[in-house]
Amino acid sequence: MSILIDRTTPVLVQGLTGKIGSFHAKEMLDYGTNIVGGVVPGRGGEATHAIPVYDTMKDAVQATGATVSVVFVPPPFAADSIMEAADCGIKLCAAITDGIPAQDMIRVKRYMRRYKAENRMQLIGPNCAGIISPGKALLGIMPGHIYQPGSIGVVGRSGTLGYEAASQMKELGIGVSTSVGIGGDPINGSSFKDILMLFENDPETSAVVMIGEIGGPQEAEAAEFIRDNMTKPVVAYVAGLSAPKGRTMGHAGAIISAFGESASEKVEILREVGVTIAPDPSQIGSTVAGVVSKAA
Amino acid sequence: MDIHEYQAKEILSGFGVPVPRGGLAYSPEQAAYRAREIGGDAWVVKAQVHSGGRGKAGGVKVCQDEHEVYDAADELFGKRLVTHQTGPKGKVVYRVYVEGAAAIEREIYLGFVLDRKSERVMVVASAEGGMEIEEISASKPESIIRSVIEPAVGIQDFQVREVAFSLGLKPNQIQQAVNTIKGCYRAFRELDATMVEINPLVVTSEGSIIALDAKMTFDDNALFRHPSVSELRDKSQEDPRESQAADRGLSYVGLEGKIGCIVNGAGLAMATMDMIELAGGKPANFLDIGGGASPERVAKAFRLVMSDGDVEAILVNIFAGINRCDWVAEGIIQALQANPVNVPVIVRLAGTNVEEGRKILSKSGLPIIRAATLKEAAERAVSAWQNDIKHNVKMVASS
Repeated sequence: MSILIDRTTPVLVQGLTGKIGSFHAKEMLDYGTNIVGGVVPGRGGEATHAIPVYDTMKDAVQATGATVSVVFVPPPFAADSIMEAADCGIKLCAAITDGIPAQDMIRVKRYMRRYKAENRMQLIGPNCAGIISPGKALLGIMPGHIYQPGSIGVVGRSGTLGYEAASQMKELGIGVSTSVGIGGDPINGSSFKDILMLFENDPETSAVVMIGEIGGPQEAEAAEFIRDNMTKPVVAYVAGLSAPKGRTMGHAGAIISAFGESASEKVEILREVGVTIAPDPSQIGSTVAGVVSKAA
Repeated sequence: MDIHEYQAKEILSGFGVPVPRGGLAYSPEQAAYRAREIGGDAWVVKAQVHSGGRGKAGGVKVCQDEHEVYDAADELFGKRLVTHQTGPKGKVVYRVYVEGAAAIEREIYLGFVLDRKSERVMVVASAEGGMEIEEISASKPESIIRSVIEPAVGIQDFQVREVAFSLGLKPNQIQQAVNTIKGCYRAFRELDATMVEINPLVVTSEGSIIALDAKMTFDDNALFRHPSVSELRDKSQEDPRESQAADRGLSYVGLEGKIGCIVNGAGLAMATMDMIELAGGKPANFLDIGGGASPERVAKAFRLVMSDGDVEAILVNIFAGINRCDWVAEGIIQALQANPVNVPVIVRLAGTNVEEGRKILSKSGLPIIRAATLKEAAERAVSAWQNDIKHNVKMVASS
């Protein structure tokens, strides 16, 4: 098993006919992802890479039985596309699009709460690299060849820093069960905690690497979850130790920003709950290796 | 994107927020004329720069007659105002705003932000407004009033009343406060702001409520649907390197160090900066050229980083995922041939076709210092920078 996606998961590509959508659809097909359709309003009946295109998500889900979608729709229309996916029974949606207005994401998250928890779509992203279960399926823009199949779960905000971690692990012969990019936007779908929960319950994941960043409350929230619920070892790196304090205008941000938002505070909070901290970004792979050998 | 106080007041006043009578001036003569236009017997001349803390930095002056207004404006124009939010270089005053002075009875703090925890807009208020608000929020966090707004229905009257009564306003001031708070929220919501702040919101000696200062910041990702807001951009208030980067579609933050960074991806860029510090150097900038790292973007990035005269070494760290390292290497060579640089350049490539990429770099004959890992790249950048300063010699091609 892996989390979220595997070889047979039927996938729709929202924004399939665009330059970025069609490029990455091809990459995903080549990796073995089971892409069953694309959705682009007004382009229904066409095909890209022999994948049928539908006008609406409803049509596409009805025709293909897809349960998962990936969004490459341009930022002004992306929030609408995510809500369209949520409304037609899609279980998992990875929004790759970068640059969605923050208030659109507030609306998306509020809209998703219309559905009962058991029917609610899980959103990954936006502004993320997507999901890969190495050797099985790719739902996003990750370079598949840098991931070796294995038992380490990876969750991080950043795309390329996640690639860096995966390739350091591959050098050391360590493989990945699933890697999830939750994205860098202030308001996003799934949090670190949501993904950690899935890894904790996945029998084929033995340990997790979490790659955090300066800003936001999600690492501190993850630390609480790790303390109360995680039995598997967790390794973390938090980027931004050298980042300067925000030079944003006004005081409002400073007033509401809580303890636990700077990189050093995040490191401290995670270490306290038993997470092994990679001291610098070049030692993510070796830190994982140390934890894995200790556990074995 | 930030805007000036006078622009924020104009916007908010359109949403029913009461503001003092005022006028913008580009010269001392115009400032004096504005004072006459406004009338009354006392005025405030305020430097218009994109920063808080202007009062403490000497950017706000109270004047009793037109001559004082003229002199105050004359002193402010061209002045470099340094506040805790501008960085050490400060921001230059090119515009001043003249307002009728208000007789202040009390000062309140009122702010609106995107709260990442609740993923909603939050009202933040304090009965003690004014210049010391951050100190108050640190020493008496329980005195800060917070109210989260439900996005589906927007701000409700009862919520606003709760805030207004908590601020200790008198019954006859509540309706004015309700209008002000609701107006700010509507402006925030309709114009895709990320921050609205009124500090102070004052109660005058006549008992009326008025926004004495105003700040607004907007979501860059939403400017496409607010052309009237985009027009308010004032490049004179931005770090010129950051404006250039924004115009070229790159994400850049200028810093105080000497080692320029060119990296693809924000997380990897921050990790690279962390590595430079651990190796004993200081980054000159944060620069994310985007996940793709096309040769055009690499070339733009070199021009941008070199436009910072303080840069004494450049570290390029590219993880080629979807593209190939050989292609990125060609891009780096083209960029360096078109724009030769006189500082050491350290390149670390990783990902697809990394061997081919490294070969292309070494065959180019350009004085590029190559590194295989992130750690090696940072260490070589720092030592090349230190050696370059010590001996003032140009680097030769490394093996």
